[in-house]
Amino acid sequence: MSTPDIRERIDAFPTHRIGPYRVRAGRPFPYGATPVPGGVNFSVYSDGATTMSLALFERGAAQPSAELEFPPEFRIGSVYAMTVFGLDPENLEYGFRADGPFDPERGDRFDAGKVLSDPYARLISGREIWGREPDRDDVYPYRAQVLNDDFDWAGDRPLRIPAEDLVIYETHVRGFTRHPSSRVTAPGTYAGLREKIPYLRELGINCVELLPVFEFDELDNPRTDPVSGERLYNYWGYNTVSFFAPKAGYAATGPFGMQADEFKSLVKEVHKAGIEVVLDVVFNHTAEGNEQGPTISFRGLDNATYYMLTPRGEYYNFSGTGNTVNCNHPVVRDFVLSCLRHWVAEYHIDGFRFDLAAILDRAPDGTPLPNPPLLEQLAYDPVLRHTKLIAEAWDAAGLYQVGNFPDYGRWSEWNGKYRDTVRRFVKGEPGLVGELATRMAGSPDLYQGRTSSASVNFITAHDGFTLADLVSYNDKHNEANGENNNDGADDNHSWNCGEEGPSASRDVRELRLRQMKNLLTILLTSQGVPMLLAGDEVGRTQLGNNNTYCQDNELSWFDWGLLAANADLLRFTRALTAFRHAHPVLRTRDHPTGQDRVGSGYPDVSWHGVRAWAPDWADHCRVLAMMRCGRHAKGGSVADDHVYVAVNAHWEAHDMELPALPEGERWHLFADTGGILHPAGTEPELQHPGRYRLGAHSVVVLVGRASHQTTA
Amino acid sequence: MTVKISSQMRAGATVIALEGEINSTTSGGLQAQLLQLIGHGSFVLIDLAGVSYLSSAGLRTLLIVYRHAQQMDAEITLVGLSKEVSFVMSATGFLDFFTIGEDLAAELERAGL
Repeated sequence: MSTPDIRERIDAFPTHRIGPYRVRAGRPFPYGATPVPGGVNFSVYSDGATTMSLALFERGAAQPSAELEFPPEFRIGSVYAMTVFGLDPENLEYGFRADGPFDPERGDRFDAGKVLSDPYARLISGREIWGREPDRDDVYPYRAQVLNDDFDWAGDRPLRIPAEDLVIYETHVRGFTRHPSSRVTAPGTYAGLREKIPYLRELGINCVELLPVFEFDELDNPRTDPVSGERLYNYWGYNTVSFFAPKAGYAATGPFGMQADEFKSLVKEVHKAGIEVVLDVVFNHTAEGNEQGPTISFRGLDNATYYMLTPRGEYYNFSGTGNTVNCNHPVVRDFVLSCLRHWVAEYHIDGFRFDLAAILDRAPDGTPLPNPPLLEQLAYDPVLRHTKLIAEAWDAAGLYQVGNFPDYGRWSEWNGKYRDTVRRFVKGEPGLVGELATRMAGSPDLYQGRTSSASVNFITAHDGFTLADLVSYNDKHNEANGENNNDGADDNHSWNCGEEGPSASRDVRELRLRQMKNLLTILLTSQGVPMLLAGDEVGRTQLGNNNTYCQDNELSWFDWGLLAANADLLRFTRALTAFRHAHPVLRTRDHPTGQDRVGSGYPDVSWHGVRAWAPDWADHCRVLAMMRCGRHAKGGSVADDHVYVAVNAHWEAHDMELPALPEGERWHLFADTGGILHPAGTEPELQHPGRYRLGAHSVVVLVGRASHQTTA
Repeated sequence: MTVKISSQMRAGATVIALEGEINSTTSGGLQAQLLQLIGHGSFVLIDLAGVSYLSSAGLRTLLIVYRHAQQMDAEITLVGLSKEVSFVMSATGFLDFFTIGEDLAAELERAGL
């Protein structure tokens, strides 16, 4: 029996001939290049172009082998679409040449001298080997290629872990395994990261957040190290060249054009380990920069559509990088939405963190909008319905929206106030007891009416000091960045514990270790979604550099030798993540209210000081204890222990009176940052049931549950 | 650029040796030829020891052949993967879909042939 091949189509035959190429009018959707029976369908939008051509290159060839002008009848609206038959997608690079007016004051910057990259390119060649010097005279440096999106996911789907249960781990694809100590087969790649999944599992995180993986040019930084004279890179990658294409230089198989498969394979394997993948995405600006920047794609296709322009046609610079994407223009909204759908549908990405997201709610003239259509659209989109949306709720032009970023019940935020408060309290600043309580309770002051997962809590992120540097440096040391230490943030709220930089003093080193543990303990017992910076669990240092965006070297790379050198901190961090996973009371969806809502006799959260039930909110106080009632865990729907966390940022020890527990229950000791750790479930009972002596600069975590008669 | 195909029956098993590069240029013809060599219920060993490079299109061709074979209840085992081919297949996730054998002799022995 034979059945007709349903893949055969009546439109799989050419109707026209352009030179040696057989073509027919294409389909406007989807945009970009799509393999179709017998050929490839190309579709591109440009409102102002007078003519549009498709440039075809043999892979790696200096000049196009052909340029096919779109016949007028191949255009629908402002979309040019053509199917070209008989192409070999694997050996093909393509681009567009758009002719039109060059009239910057009116917003037009057409340049028929340029071959333009397809904004919808699924695959980009040109930078497939990280750091390799390209041909600077290349007529077409970032070359679009055709991708067959037929990866076999074998049943994988985005994981949909409830946001409040996440522990996020922020890392850099290259930096995670580039260091020789990683001992992976292909250091600095998606495949290398995949080999480290067991480490991520053991660490207890369940979400990796990757610094930008959309194709960017690591060589677009003109600076050099002032001392060594070595090239500085765009290492972080916050300068997107192509939004639909995974960075080829991060793929061991990039030279073979298989970066999409390699990245998808990584996502699939990470998912198998129960870990979600969140991408850091940069929609606020592009790599085209300002008037002096390169014309790569958007500028030559429809400058005035894609960029926010002043009335004189200059680029607004709300991003601090030269241009600003015109996010709330209807065409650009569509672009951003298509892009995110692409990453969710084709790459099974679980969430996005939006760089300088405040820009996404600006109108084309830069005014912040009360109801920005892009943000609303993303919040309600069917494909993105369960995708985590995390905003870096500020921009480089002074719009600061932590706590009031338009959220539509969907968006969460990097909570910069959490970071600053916890840093300041732990270093010993006075006047912060009340604010610390608010931050540990999920910042209900900022996120009232929203779930506590609206707050992504963090102490450190890629941008700023690492945890080890936060307790080792009072000031930033960014000289290696080539800007006379003028770059990077100055408000670090850091404390070096007595000596700037590496210290031979045992006291200083012990205090630093304790301070790191204090910060991590607060982070992992606070309500909200904790985010760790990769390497902090092993005390990774950047030698005081708080802005290593350009440092593709050991300053940035994860040194796997630290696992042994700082085994104690690693063990402590693992125990903290396990503790958080073991205690749903810390991961309750709604903010605690301070009320007893389940009839347990205890409020869901209560605050204590040196005396139980008597927190000291005074300015001079540096001690605070929080008790979470386990009967309130997940709104009272699951059983949990009581959890007591006492923070002492004072330089003296204090005897803490512990709140009394229900009949038959006792306090058990999980961790004291002064050097005690009992993994979750094995905590011994306190010898003295009602008191705990908390050392200087220390945090203790106790669990209250039925007595089993082992004592500490 | 071509890929050379040779096949022989060895005690009930079809042994197919490939030689050369498997890429978009060579894979189309390869797919048709391989499918002809695979019969219902057959046991097939594809020896890649002579394959220096498998491109994206090449990997896809092999997987398509493999899936056709599954539909015909035929069993395909790949043998003779070079370290590099094996790494590329592993990094891109293709390796998981195939039955991989150590080498030809071992596989023939294992199958009792």
